[in-house]
Amino acid sequence: MHDTSSHAVAHHGPPASFIRKHIFSLDHKVIGKQYFGLAFVAVLVGIFLSWLMRLHLGWTNLAIPGLHLLSSNGAPGNLMTPEYYLQLMTMHATIMVFFVLTTAPFAAFGNYFLPIQVGAEDMPFPRFNMMSFWITFLGFIALMSSFFVGDGPTLGGWTQYAPLSAIGQAAGPGEGTGVVLWAISITLFCIGQLLGSLNFITTTLDMRTRGMSLMRMPLSVWAWFITSVMGLTAFAVLMPACILLILDHVAGTSFFVPSNLVINDQLLPHSGGSTLLWQHLFWFFGHPEVYIAIVPGMGIVSHVLITSMRRPLLSHRVMIYSMGALAVLSYMVYGHHMFVSGMNPVSSIAFSFPTLIITIPATIIVLLWLGSLYGSRLRINTASLFALGFISMFISGGVSGFFLAQPSIDILLHGTYFVVGHFHMVMGVAAMFGIFAGTFFWFPKMFGRMMNETLGRIHFWLTFVGTYTIFMPFHYIGLAGNIRRYQAFTPDYMQQFIPVHKFITVAALLTGAAQLIFVYNLIHSRFWGKPAPDNPWEATSLEWSTPSTPPPWNNFGDKMPVVYHDPYQYGVEGSTGDYVMQNSPERIETVRDEA
Amino acid sequence: MSQADLTMGTHPPGLTTGLPPFSVSAKKMAIWLFIIADAATFAACLVAYGFLRNGSPNWPRPFHSVMNVSLMTFILLTSSLTMLLGIRAAKIGDKAGAFRWTMITAVAGILFALLHIREWMALIGEGMTMFHNPWGAPLFGASFFSITGLHLLHVTGGVIALVVVGFRYMRGRYNADDLEVTGLYWHFVDLVWMFVVPFVYLLNLAQ
Repeated sequence: MHDTSSHAVAHHGPPASFIRKHIFSLDHKVIGKQYFGLAFVAVLVGIFLSWLMRLHLGWTNLAIPGLHLLSSNGAPGNLMTPEYYLQLMTMHATIMVFFVLTTAPFAAFGNYFLPIQVGAEDMPFPRFNMMSFWITFLGFIALMSSFFVGDGPTLGGWTQYAPLSAIGQAAGPGEGTGVVLWAISITLFCIGQLLGSLNFITTTLDMRTRGMSLMRMPLSVWAWFITSVMGLTAFAVLMPACILLILDHVAGTSFFVPSNLVINDQLLPHSGGSTLLWQHLFWFFGHPEVYIAIVPGMGIVSHVLITSMRRPLLSHRVMIYSMGALAVLSYMVYGHHMFVSGMNPVSSIAFSFPTLIITIPATIIVLLWLGSLYGSRLRINTASLFALGFISMFISGGVSGFFLAQPSIDILLHGTYFVVGHFHMVMGVAAMFGIFAGTFFWFPKMFGRMMNETLGRIHFWLTFVGTYTIFMPFHYIGLAGNIRRYQAFTPDYMQQFIPVHKFITVAALLTGAAQLIFVYNLIHSRFWGKPAPDNPWEATSLEWSTPSTPPPWNNFGDKMPVVYHDPYQYGVEGSTGDYVMQNSPERIETVRDEA
Repeated sequence: MSQADLTMGTHPPGLTTGLPPFSVSAKKMAIWLFIIADAATFAACLVAYGFLRNGSPNWPRPFHSVMNVSLMTFILLTSSLTMLLGIRAAKIGDKAGAFRWTMITAVAGILFALLHIREWMALIGEGMTMFHNPWGAPLFGASFFSITGLHLLHVTGGVIALVVVGFRYMRGRYNADDLEVTGLYWHFVDLVWMFVVPFVYLLNLAQ
C-alpha cells in the first residue's frame, strides 16, 4: 500500500533567507517565475536579432548605426557581413526554440501550475528543480558568451549541420569556438530539461492529492505531462550528440566528418565519419522538440478556452489521447526534415507516411476546439483572444504542413521561405500565442494583480494582424522560389522579391514594437495593477482555490485540498454560480462528455 | 462505480482517490525515469556506432581474446547478484549483512573499473587513440573510448553512490528503499554492459 512518508522528500520548510527565497529557491513557484524571467529576457534578445536580420534583408546596403559596437568583425562600417547575418539567424533560432518556446510554456508555467493543479505542496525533488533552472541559466550564459569570442557565435543554423559544424576553424569564421559554446549550451540545456521532466512526471504520477484521478487532471497538466515524457527521451538523445560534436572539435575525432573532405582548398585529416548521422541524431530530438514547444500551448489554450466558453470540450478523453498520439508519432516522423539530405528515397516514403498520419490527431484537436466553440457564449478577454489566435495560427501554419509532408513537393519547397513561413506560424507564433494566453490568464495568480485588459486587447490585435502580415508573404515568395538563409537576393530572378521583403521588414518592425505594449503592461501591472481576487475568471481548477493570491509557500496552507469533481464543471447550477470548483464538496449532476 | 460515489465525498480505493496508481515511491519512480532517459542516451551512442561501423570499409577487429572482457562481465554480473543479496538483507532488517553486501558490490565495481582501465592502457600502448589506431578506421578508437568511457563513468558514479548510500544506510539516514533505488541503477549499468559486450567487443573479434 502507498506510504505517505515517501512524499517526505518533497518537504522543505518556508524559505528563511533572501537567497533561499529569491535566488536558489526550492519553491516550484519561484522557479517557475525564474524560468518566466529567463524566457522574457531571451525573447527580447531574439526579437532584437530578428529586427537586425529583417533590416538587412529589406535594405541590404543599409548601415545600421551602432552595429559595429555589437561585432566589429561582423559589421565593419555598420554594414552586416554575410557571415554575421548567418550568425544572427543561428542565434535567433537557438534562443527562440530552446530558451523561449521550451522554457516559457513548459518549464515556466509547468513549474508554477502543474503542482498546484494536481494539489501538491511542491515537486518531489525541489533541489533537482532548482538545479534544473540554474543549469538552464548557465546554458543561456554560455550561448550569449559566444557573441564575445574571437570570431563570434556559430553560423551553422540551429540544426548545426555537419560537416561544417564539426571541423572548426577550417570551415571559416563562425565555425570555431562559437560552435563549441553552442554545443556546451545545448548540452547544459538538455541536462536542465531532463531534471525538469523527471520532476514533472513524478509530480503528476505520485503527488496528486486525494480525489485527483488521472482523468480529473486539467488538460494543461496532461499537456505538461505528455511534454515531459517526450522531453525525457528527446533531450537524452541530443545530449550525447552534442558531446560527440564537441569531441569532433576538441579531441580530433571524426564522428560527423567524412573521409577525403576538402574545405577551402584544404584536405582535412578526418576520415570515416557520417554527416547524415548528425542529422539523424539531431532530428530524432528535433522533431519531438517541435511538439515539446507546441503541446503545452495546446494544454494552456484548452484550459483558457474552456474557462471562457463556460463548457468543457466535446471530449476530454479524446483531447488527451490526441495529444498522446502526437507525442508517440513525433518520434516516427523526424525523417521528413531530411528529404533533401540524401537519405535513401525509400526512407523518405517511410517518413512521409507517419507525417501525414500525424495530421489526424492534430486535426482532431483543432476540431475539438472549434466544435466546442460552436454555439458557446464565449467570454471575450485578452486570454481567450490569444487562445483563439493560437487556433488560427495553428490551422494556417498547419495546412502548409500537408504539402511539406510529401517528399516530391518538399524537394521543391524545402530550401525556400515557404518552410520558414510554415514553422514560424505553426510552432513559433502559435506557441507564442499560447504563452500570451497563459500569461494573461495566470498573471493574477502569479503576481496578485490583474493585467490591463485594454492594453492587452490592443496588443492582441496588433500582434495577430502583424504576424499574419509577416509570415503569409513568406509562403508566397517561397512558392515563387525565394531561397532561405541568403543574406541578400542578388540573382536576377530574386530581385522581384525585394519589395516584398521590405514590406515584411516594416511589418516585423511594427509587430515587434507592438510587443513593447505587452512589456509595459507586464511591468506596470506587476507593480501598479488592480489587486486580483482569488478567482477572477470564475474557474474550477485547483490553482484558483489557494488560500491567498499569490499562493503561500506551501500552496494550500495547512489543509490539502480534496477533489470531488472532473476538472471542468461549467454550466451547472452550483452555489457559486454557473460553475463548481474541483474541491467543492457539493453534489451536482456531473457535466461529462459521453465519448 | 456510480457517479454518486465519486461526488459524495466517499473515496473508493484505486485510481479515483488520487493515490499513486503504481504504489511506488517518488524516488523509485525517478530512478526508473532516469533509467529510461539514460537508456535513450546509450541507445543513441550505440546506434551512432552501428551507423559508423557499417559505413566504414576497413573497420578494425583488434581483439584476439575474450578472456579479459569475459572476466569483466563475470565480475559485473556477480556484483548484480551481491547487490540483490544486499537488498534482500536490508528488507529483512539485517543491517550489517546489507552493508557488507553493498560494499562487496562496490569493490566488484572497482575491480571492474581497474580491469577496464588496464585494458584501455594496453590499447593505448598499442597506439590506439581517439583519432588514430594502427589497424584501420580511426573512428574505432573514438567510438570505443566514447561508449566504454560513458559506461565507465556510470560504473564510477555507481561505486561512489554505493559507498555513500551504504554508509548512510548504516548510520540510519537512508532506509532499505534507498538501497533498492541505488540497486536499480546498478542493475541498469550491468544491463547496458550486456549490450556493449556483443556490439563493441564480440563484433570486433579478430577472425
